[in-house]
Amino acid sequence: MEILVCIKMVPDTAENEIEPNSDGTDIERDDLVYSVNEWDNYAVEEAIQIRDNIGGSVTVVTAGDENSEEILRREMAMGADKGILLSDEAFLNSDGKGIATILRAEIEKGKYDLILTGAQADDGAAQVGGMLAAMLDIPYASLVSSIEIIDDTRIKVGREIEGGNREMNEIDLPCVLSIQTGINEPRYVGIRGIRKVASLDIPVHNASELNISPDTVGEAGSMVKKIDYFVPEPGEGAEILEGSNEEIIEKLVDLLKSNGGIK
Amino acid sequence: MARQIFAFIRHKDGVVDDSAYEFITAANKISSGALSVAVVTGCGAQLDSVCNEIKSSFSSVWKIDNEALSYPNAEIIRPVLTKMLPGDAIVLFGHDTLGMDLAPGLSIKMDSPFISDVIDFENIEGSELRLIRQEFSGQVCTHVSCDISSGAIINVRPGSFLPDESKSAGGEVIDKSAEAGNLSSKRRFLEIIEAEMGDIDITKSEILVSVGRGIEDEDNIEIAKELAEAIGADVSCSRPIVDAKWMEKGRQVGTSGKTVSPKVYIALGISGSFQHLGGLKGNPFIVAINKNPRAPIFQVADVGVVDDLLDFVPELTETIRKS
Ligand SMILES: Cc1cc2nc3c(=O)[nH]c(=O)nc-3n(C[C@H](O)[C@H](O)[C@H](O)COP(=O)(O)OP(=O)(O)OC[C@H]3O[C@@H](n4cnc5c(N)ncnc54)[C@H](O)[C@@H]3O)c2cc1C
Ligand SMILES: Nc1ncnc2c1ncn2[C@@H]1O[C@H](COP(=O)(O)O)[C@@H](O)[C@H]1O
Repeated sequence: MEILVCIKMVPDTAENEIEPNSDGTDIERDDLVYSVNEWDNYAVEEAIQIRDNIGGSVTVVTAGDENSEEILRREMAMGADKGILLSDEAFLNSDGKGIATILRAEIEKGKYDLILTGAQADDGAAQVGGMLAAMLDIPYASLVSSIEIIDDTRIKVGREIEGGNREMNEIDLPCVLSIQTGINEPRYVGIRGIRKVASLDIPVHNASELNISPDTVGEAGSMVKKIDYFVPEPGEGAEILEGSNEEIIEKLVDLLKSNGGIK
Repeated sequence: MARQIFAFIRHKDGVVDDSAYEFITAANKISSGALSVAVVTGCGAQLDSVCNEIKSSFSSVWKIDNEALSYPNAEIIRPVLTKMLPGDAIVLFGHDTLGMDLAPGLSIKMDSPFISDVIDFENIEGSELRLIRQEFSGQVCTHVSCDISSGAIINVRPGSFLPDESKSAGGEVIDKSAEAGNLSSKRRFLEIIEAEMGDIDITKSEILVSVGRGIEDEDNIEIAKELAEAIGADVSCSRPIVDAKWMEKGRQVGTSGKTVSPKVYIALGISGSFQHLGGLKGNPFIVAINKNPRAPIFQVADVGVVDDLLDFVPELTETIRKS
């Protein structure tokens, strides 16, 4: 089975506190630690497991700048066979539809049976996978938490829905699936693994190689535009306990007692 | 003419989802006095009772009745909507497991912009709609503008708009079933597998000590267990803890886990994403311990401690044990 996994480099929220920059045009990007979007890592692991079970290949692809090569290499160290970087000035500031347009162009150059994305990325839009499927005119399922290969033409897919229940579906191939966290346990990648793939060639495809007209992507092609970043109003907010540690603990214990928090 | 805004209604076993009434408020924020049209798919008597329940809340209700729509399969609903909705329609969905499945692809088929997970609408200027979204699990907000002259597909965050239950619209039900068209699909619904019950039922707990990714390591869960033991609480958790297989699914609080309603909820290293908070009902007294003063959990908590939980919680437990 030929599998393509779309991955994105995002600021790692476990490592960073995210805040707007001084003029609110972006988040503060100095000193940010970046990594592979959490959901995408599960998608790559799933693809590798399918390939190891039934054969085929796994390609990872990202639309981003030259720094994104790093995440392609990381996922190749996990076991992906091939990485492709889609990069062009014209792609900058694409909205979700723009990203899907870029990915679609690459996908149509190849022949994939299964295309995986993460369920959502850093801005929580959860849109690229569904858009991609609609553009390619193939079926889609989101929030996938299990995949079982039936044969060359069909798979059985579980979607995680409300309450943690699983909705089982049969889907015809080719299709696009967006992967939910927890579907597997992504393998660990060590420095040695990364070193092994350090010299592998990663092709870079630009807008003209992909036959993408620049006005359909990037800033020019976006109908949805971010105006600014700001910190949410504190609203009512919590009473933040202050003082020495002993004082804080004393106040907290009192509050717990008076609210029935200590039996 | 007043603008028409369509709202896709979720329902299950004949019960209307809360989002239906939230859409009315949302639609009025987009364009005050907008005519809101409820779109309801399903089949049989349950569909009729849903339509009847909501008709006084919407200007009109489109009923789309077909056996093939008895289970809401996004791959069947999408082409039906593409066929029936006007090309420049503004359509609201909930940003939930069906909205995420259905709406992004619909925006492509309708050739309309898609706006995901909206928490508030500000105004319309000309053809520009301005709204508010969040990024990075609520750590920052953005103002977003969108050209809606060719319509828009919009997912709104569940719980972000107050439900309007005034039932003051007095609409009628219009049977659109005959226009549905082709209802076959390359994705076929098979069955629902219910989540397994865990070793304890956290939906019955009065006090919960809840562990998030801030616990950092599986071994540290002991810290939470000790606090729970000292105060007589049960231990629950956020999703990443279950994903890492550090706790079982039955202990996960949130939209894809359990809905709990304790008296007291102590969140240790939980950021406060809407999917997590969506599982917290009944207005508990919330204590949040988090080292990031800007963690969104502090906006909903009653009391907050800004500190490293790995240092703070053992001290707290020790003090409680002594007293
Ligand atoms: C369809 C869907 C359904 C979902 N359903 C659920 C659900 O049911 N339940 C759920 O919980 N999530 C759910 N999620 C995931 C959700 O979006 C968030 O990713 C998740 O809730 C984050 O969990 P968290 O707060 O533990 O982790 P994070 O968001 O990573 O937050 C960790 C927090 O710990 C703090 N911290 C770190 N170290 C320390 C320390 N040493 N001391 C103190 N504080 C520290 C950090 O400041 C941060 O605020 C769902 C997502 C999707 C897409
Ligand atoms: N720039 C990108 N390059 C490749 N894939 C992407 C990119 N942006 C988003 N995706 C994919 O789309 C998924 C959902 O992202 P989003 O719709 O932005 O929330 C991600 O998990 C990725 O799989």
